[in-house]
Amino acid sequence: MTEAALPALADAPIAPAAASLAAKTRRRRALAYVQAAPMALVFGFFFLVPLLLTLMVSFWEYNEYEIIPAFTLQNYVDVFEGCLDTGNACTTLRTYLSTLKFCALTWVFTLLIGFTVAYFVAFHVRSRNVQMVLFLVCTIPFWTSNVIRMISWIPLLGRNGLVNDTLMGLGLIARPIEGLLYSDFAVVLAFVHLNTVFMIVPIFNSMARIDRALIEAAYDAGATGWQTLWNVVIPLAKPGIAIGSIFVITLVMGDFVTVGVMGGQQIASVGKIIQVQMSALQLPAAAANAAVLLGAVMLMIVAMTRLIDLRKEL
Amino acid sequence: MTTTIKLSRRTLLRGAGAAGLTLGAGPITGFPNVIAAEPVTLRYLGTAVNQSGDIARKVKEDLGITIEYIPVVTDEVTKRVVTQPNSFDLLDTEYFSLRKLIPSGNIQGMDARRIKQADNITPVFTRGEVGSKKIGDQGTAPKKVFYLEGQNAKTFAGSATEWITLIPTTYNADTLGIRPDLIKRPVTSWRELLNPEFKGKASILNIPSIGIMDAAMVIEASGDYTYPDKGNMTKAEIDRTIKVLIEAKRAGQFRAFWQDFNESVNLMASGETVIQSMWSPAVTKVRSQGVACTYQPLKEGYRAWASGFGLPKTLTGRKLDAAYDFINWFLSGWAGAYLNRQGYYSAVLETAKAQMEPYEWAYWMEGKPAERDIKGPDGSVLEKAGATRDGGSFEARMGGVACWNAVMDENTYMVRKWNEFIAA
Repeated sequence: MTEAALPALADAPIAPAAASLAAKTRRRRALAYVQAAPMALVFGFFFLVPLLLTLMVSFWEYNEYEIIPAFTLQNYVDVFEGCLDTGNACTTLRTYLSTLKFCALTWVFTLLIGFTVAYFVAFHVRSRNVQMVLFLVCTIPFWTSNVIRMISWIPLLGRNGLVNDTLMGLGLIARPIEGLLYSDFAVVLAFVHLNTVFMIVPIFNSMARIDRALIEAAYDAGATGWQTLWNVVIPLAKPGIAIGSIFVITLVMGDFVTVGVMGGQQIASVGKIIQVQMSALQLPAAAANAAVLLGAVMLMIVAMTRLIDLRKEL
Repeated sequence: MTTTIKLSRRTLLRGAGAAGLTLGAGPITGFPNVIAAEPVTLRYLGTAVNQSGDIARKVKEDLGITIEYIPVVTDEVTKRVVTQPNSFDLLDTEYFSLRKLIPSGNIQGMDARRIKQADNITPVFTRGEVGSKKIGDQGTAPKKVFYLEGQNAKTFAGSATEWITLIPTTYNADTLGIRPDLIKRPVTSWRELLNPEFKGKASILNIPSIGIMDAAMVIEASGDYTYPDKGNMTKAEIDRTIKVLIEAKRAGQFRAFWQDFNESVNLMASGETVIQSMWSPAVTKVRSQGVACTYQPLKEGYRAWASGFGLPKTLTGRKLDAAYDFINWFLSGWAGAYLNRQGYYSAVLETAKAQMEPYEWAYWMEGKPAERDIKGPDGSVLEKAGATRDGGSFEARMGGVACWNAVMDENTYMVRKWNEFIAA
């Protein structure tokens, strides 16, 4: 609505007014900068400066008790140590592959569940009030801490846990299933449990803004339910899906607590490597790993924004 | 020689105290002054294990000093000392981290002449002996880092000097914890940790510098390799150790790795693991849940650790005096007895003994069967009458130490290799 109106206004003025307009534009621009300044300052001070410091430190040397200002690429060499050896994947490659695997699995499951839940609430529940209530219900589990929600799986999935006990009691299995806990399965389960809400919220938000007339039009034009879903709902829910995906992927990429607890510390994650190095006071090495992780996550986000132009869609 | 110094100092203090009393007021340097002056607060940086509310209450009663605990994990203690040396007044840390702390120049040597019990500190620390028998000194054995060349020296002294790095608080000998009810046969060697019989039921701790020592104990026990010094491996030795760990991990030997006390308790109590690296109080906690758990002495010996009080370089004046008073109080018996009753060992055995019942001393320190129920510091029953302590007496346990927690010369490389093991 407003977007359509602005170009029309801009086209209207004629040549003689150009000079005063330029002044006006300049003033408006200056005002825009002033308005953006507080956010820019906060962003610069709390994000850009620490980030630059991290990058700087990643090129420093270190020993057991101090970091030494210098310029060395050794920390990055260490990160990629052995990566040229094609026969045996290096630690970094292995770790990233494992993290990417969790990313992909978590993304697929959170998307399926998140989309289904959002779809149900947005389209199948008629009353606005019931919609809001159900939407809030989705967030209730998130009132407790991440760690508690994660740890509560352990008594359920353990060797002598509820699931194994029940299955054995029913005579379905003869010996406990070991892979329920401290395994890839457990990690993905916890990730999906922890992160689905970050899919539900933006997708629901996008769906709530879809004009119902479009659905009716599709129906009138003879589209089946699936066709409507595929050709109308999903394209219009894309921004929500993209935002949810960015949330989920960045959370999984940087996580080390969930992987640690649910994987029994046996599964590597980039975050864990950084944490181990930090606790051994190898700060430059940790900084180099952090820089590589940042680069990897940024590449993924750039790829995603290539697929969906978020600015346009919003 | 040293005894004379101590005696003369005591006499001096007694004299000074008397003088202070007779004269009423008057500046006396030394601890009686602090009691009279307005209260001092000491910020006590250390791991939560050693920071007991009972000790803080008791010292407040006895000396009027307020202890403000800053509980963090071991690695975090080191980080704080190196990066924020002004954020605490008293440090309680492990001896092995001294190899990082002393070169940083943030710790001052402690004046042995101001520590009343300095000469009575157990020879485990000063000479690496127990009952006049030499004990294993692989790794960062306390005797290697106990003395400094001078108060502000950045190098350790080879023989006794008057500058002490850390005054011992607690120490112990670690071994493997097992579930005897699930294993159902005697376990006598570290080798059993990687025995395929316990596939999927073993665990090792995920703290690189300690985990690798446990792994080295296993490798030595299996007869594959004998390390010249398990606590200071060469790169080739690190590679070899990590290789064994990776093979075991890929074969599914480990159920999980643990990083903190509670994780180790949960793994063992729930039966996820039946054999794992463990710390003594964790075994006690599993047992207190009614689950059978043994802190199994093994023929290859123990991996020992020790922690102690240190002073930041910036500490001066009344706070410094208060810190010395607190340390002197700590060595004077009450705290030692308190720690001994938890299964740790204290620095000065004689003073702790005076504060313990003979049957308690016999159980905890002499390895004798308990004459009566053994109670913890909080009054709860830890062991029924007739029980004996795993591993026996102080001399048997500390005498059986094979190596100490350590920071290796190749620590950076080791940490990188450990990450490789976790990723494998």
